[in-house]
Amino acid sequence: MTAPLTSASTTPTLPGPAALAVGPRTPAAAATRRPVVGSVHSWDLSTGVDGPGTRFVTFLSGCPLTCLYCQNPDTWRMRDGKRTTADEIVAEAAKYTRFIAAAGGGATISGGEPLLQPVFTGELLHRFKHELGLHTALDTSGFLGVRATDALLRDTDLVLLDIKSWDRATYRKVTGRPLKPTLDFARRLADLGKEVHVRFVLVPGLTDDPANIEGVAAFAASLGNVTRVDVLPFHKLGEAKWQALGRPFVLHDTPCPTPEQTALARDIFAGHDLYAV
Amino acid sequence: MTVHPVETATTTPAAQTVPETAADAWSGFRGGLWRDAIDVRDFVQSNYTPYEGDGSFLTGPTERTTKVWNKLLAMFPTEIERGIHDVDVSTPSRIDAFAPGYIDRDLDLIVGLQTDAPLKRAIMPNGGWRMVENALNAYGYEADPAVREIYTKLRKTHNDGVFDAYTPEIRACRSSGIITGLPDAYGRGRIIGDYRRVALYGVDRLIVAKRADKSALEVEWPSAQVIQEREEIAEQIRALDELKAMARSYGYDISGPARTARETVQWLYFAYLAAVKEQNGAAMSIGRIDAFLDIYLQRDIERGLLTESEAQELIDDFVIKLRIVRFLRTPEYNELYSGDPTWVTWSMAGLGEDGRPLVTRTTFRALNTLYNLGPAPEPNLTVFWSPRLPEAFKRYAAKVAIDTSALQFESDELMRPKYGDDTAIACCVSAMAMGRQMQFFGARVNVAKALLYAINGGRDEVSGKTIVEGFEPITDEYLDYDTVRARYDAMLDWLAKTYVHALNVIHYMHDKYAYERLEMALHDRRILRTMACGIAGLSVAADSLSAIKHARVKVIRGETGLAVDYVVEGDYPAYGNNDDRADDIARGIVHDFMEKVRRHPTYRDAVHTQSVLTITSNVVYGKKTGNTPDGRRAGAPFAPGANPMNGRDEHGYIASALSVAKLPYDDAEDGISLTNTITPDALGRTAEERVSNLAGVLDGYMASGGFHMNVNVLDRATLEDAMEHPQKYPQLTIRVSGYAVNFIRLTREQQLDVINRTFHGSL
Repeated sequence: MTAPLTSASTTPTLPGPAALAVGPRTPAAAATRRPVVGSVHSWDLSTGVDGPGTRFVTFLSGCPLTCLYCQNPDTWRMRDGKRTTADEIVAEAAKYTRFIAAAGGGATISGGEPLLQPVFTGELLHRFKHELGLHTALDTSGFLGVRATDALLRDTDLVLLDIKSWDRATYRKVTGRPLKPTLDFARRLADLGKEVHVRFVLVPGLTDDPANIEGVAAFAASLGNVTRVDVLPFHKLGEAKWQALGRPFVLHDTPCPTPEQTALARDIFAGHDLYAV
Repeated sequence: MTVHPVETATTTPAAQTVPETAADAWSGFRGGLWRDAIDVRDFVQSNYTPYEGDGSFLTGPTERTTKVWNKLLAMFPTEIERGIHDVDVSTPSRIDAFAPGYIDRDLDLIVGLQTDAPLKRAIMPNGGWRMVENALNAYGYEADPAVREIYTKLRKTHNDGVFDAYTPEIRACRSSGIITGLPDAYGRGRIIGDYRRVALYGVDRLIVAKRADKSALEVEWPSAQVIQEREEIAEQIRALDELKAMARSYGYDISGPARTARETVQWLYFAYLAAVKEQNGAAMSIGRIDAFLDIYLQRDIERGLLTESEAQELIDDFVIKLRIVRFLRTPEYNELYSGDPTWVTWSMAGLGEDGRPLVTRTTFRALNTLYNLGPAPEPNLTVFWSPRLPEAFKRYAAKVAIDTSALQFESDELMRPKYGDDTAIACCVSAMAMGRQMQFFGARVNVAKALLYAINGGRDEVSGKTIVEGFEPITDEYLDYDTVRARYDAMLDWLAKTYVHALNVIHYMHDKYAYERLEMALHDRRILRTMACGIAGLSVAADSLSAIKHARVKVIRGETGLAVDYVVEGDYPAYGNNDDRADDIARGIVHDFMEKVRRHPTYRDAVHTQSVLTITSNVVYGKKTGNTPDGRRAGAPFAPGANPMNGRDEHGYIASALSVAKLPYDDAEDGISLTNTITPDALGRTAEERVSNLAGVLDGYMASGGFHMNVNVLDRATLEDAMEHPQKYPQLTIRVSGYAVNFIRLTREQQLDVINRTFHGSL
């Protein structure tokens, strides 16, 4: 016990407690050390549904869209999420890098709409990619695509892009928002040569008009960077969440598509030389 | 003891005929060590051909195979309805006690049944007479008075011996359910004879080797240990003679080595059959046999003696036989180990010490039986997994698991360094070197109940009786972590001591009254014995301690001061979320209990090991355990094996699996069991993707230090429908903590437990 004390007292340059307390508060430190914080709904490990392989998926809170079939309406409001630092999420993801390296997969930022929190999303993508060496994916509706900086997209290996409808009126009916920003974002991704998986939710009586599907397919095929189309059959597993939130689930009586209907939709995409599953 | 006269006449001269027969039987085989000493591992390594291709060469069932299997399928519904198909009440089973039996005498390729008719069960009273009589009565049969006379007056059983030497304290523990499932009234099992030896060497050569072992003992001073060993070897030789007599009754002379693939399968099966005629061990596993059989099948294919379809047909017929191994059990036993399991565990694949995969075409053929005959729980097909296995095999095994839910996977990378590359699993997760190692099976203790005993000062929370003397109850209103931890530590000290005490008694008596003559005849003389302890209720105990540490737990006491319920105020991190705050507690319990067990000397100097495995007994243990401080209600099932508690894992099955992967294998060398039930959607959107993704998940789990994973890929709706309409699902198979069961053979309670267990789906 005495030795360290002695050496401390004979070393005049050693900073005292006051100096230590001030240290991190210098302006430079503040700029680099201030924690990046986001509103997070939850995190999860999933396989084969949020991009290729097994992935660490961060669900962010807040979404500008109000899709009628949304399966996670509990992620709509940013203020319902938990304030979480990027450090916390990266530390959590770091527990899985060994697993993911062996299993194949990566990390996905989903939501909600991740681009509602572009700084936080960009920070996570950057650190997942460069600190943890993970393949990165961004799951987005594209509505807020303009908020994605080029730097953010450089840290994104794959974009899972929801194109919910080609017919503008239907798009607005489903999402409550216009379609154009999504198409603009899709073209920008094509110009950047960024790999895209298109997602299309097939809802009988809502999005299943062959002309509507045809429109999405022709557009996706024209881009040249779409390596896969996921035709997702509408399901009602999220209905309980709507009830819990006291919101009416207007698709309550809408049937789920039959396997034949789903196969038909896939065929339309396949007709444009797209890999559709 | 009746010794068949033909045997004594042929044994001695046969020893001289071995080299001649062997030269013929062994033609084309390479390597030398195995020729001079009993060393099947060396034979396999010198002669097997790794296969790196896919399953496209496989063939479907022949008409004959389908006909034989359909005959049995038609018999299963009555068996399920009545509990057993039939039983011979008058003939205590021995290797050569029964006349030959056939499924179909004209169609059987591989012959031999446990009794003289398929699905007819035998009585094996050496384990205990009461168990036999209770089982007979439960199924509407009367015991034969003559047999009862023998086993109650003339011949002492294992069960009698154990209860002569048990202490009152052990009896109290047994009835309160803190130490349960002990093999004190039934066969301990978990011993794997190296049945390959019979096919490779023929029985006579094995007898010669055993005689040499005995001679070596004759010059040693007769200590109790030396006398015991001499007597055991004499019994082993007698069992080998009976094995030959049994084979002869089917028209086969197995004194010499098998010469063809068909003979090889037949010889190996006869050896196994002798074991299941002699012992109703809890788990009667068959070992690591795929590469061995492949050597003979490939040789015959190359010689033009066999087509691929015929090779598959042999394996199919062999598997049919393994599917109908039956033992007579009591309803209480079935409640503990549900679904009539026999654990004919067939270990396969993995890598050799030289890095070559031990995957052969026969590994594929064995898995292909699940398509040719439809899914089934037995044999318990166990794939030794390594990320270094050939990709094509990984994909095939993953596909089979997805299609059938009948496979389990265990880490070759954890087992090979400890036990070598000729290791097999006995039962569910117990690794042992073939022919060189056996275990003294010890069932398990309830560490969740032990925590309640620590709080209640040794009184049972259900009965109120004092089970453990000398402990004071905790009287705090709110549980203090350090206090509880210290009391728990002392309670586990007591539990470990009482437990090993009971096991020493059991295994002394088992060796004395129900020795596995035939299985041990197919072992080396010098073997490693392990004392396989086990724990149940790990996740309940870990979560309870986490609640006490991280939330506030208020005790509700009954009139006599007994703590009967707990109120958890606030949240606590639960085991199963890859969160060290909870996982370290679980890891600590496993480590501490192992250390405590190690302090107590064992019978025959067995090495202490432990498993974290419950099989289906998690339901019964839960039923016998009161409210726990984690918020679990009295009577609710525990999670199976090392699984986290249902519904407390919030981040998916991989996070949950990685909590389990943290449990130290060095402190649980008898295995750590994890069961995952996944909906198909949760593995990917196409069949191809699901295959790659499951193979990836297994790679990831094993790379993260995981030991074992049962994989069920099922829809909840399918199971619910099967409960209501069992006739529609005669072969629906699911994995449950270390083994597979036919879903419709489970009790309703077990079925509900399986359905309510976390289904990992995706939204």
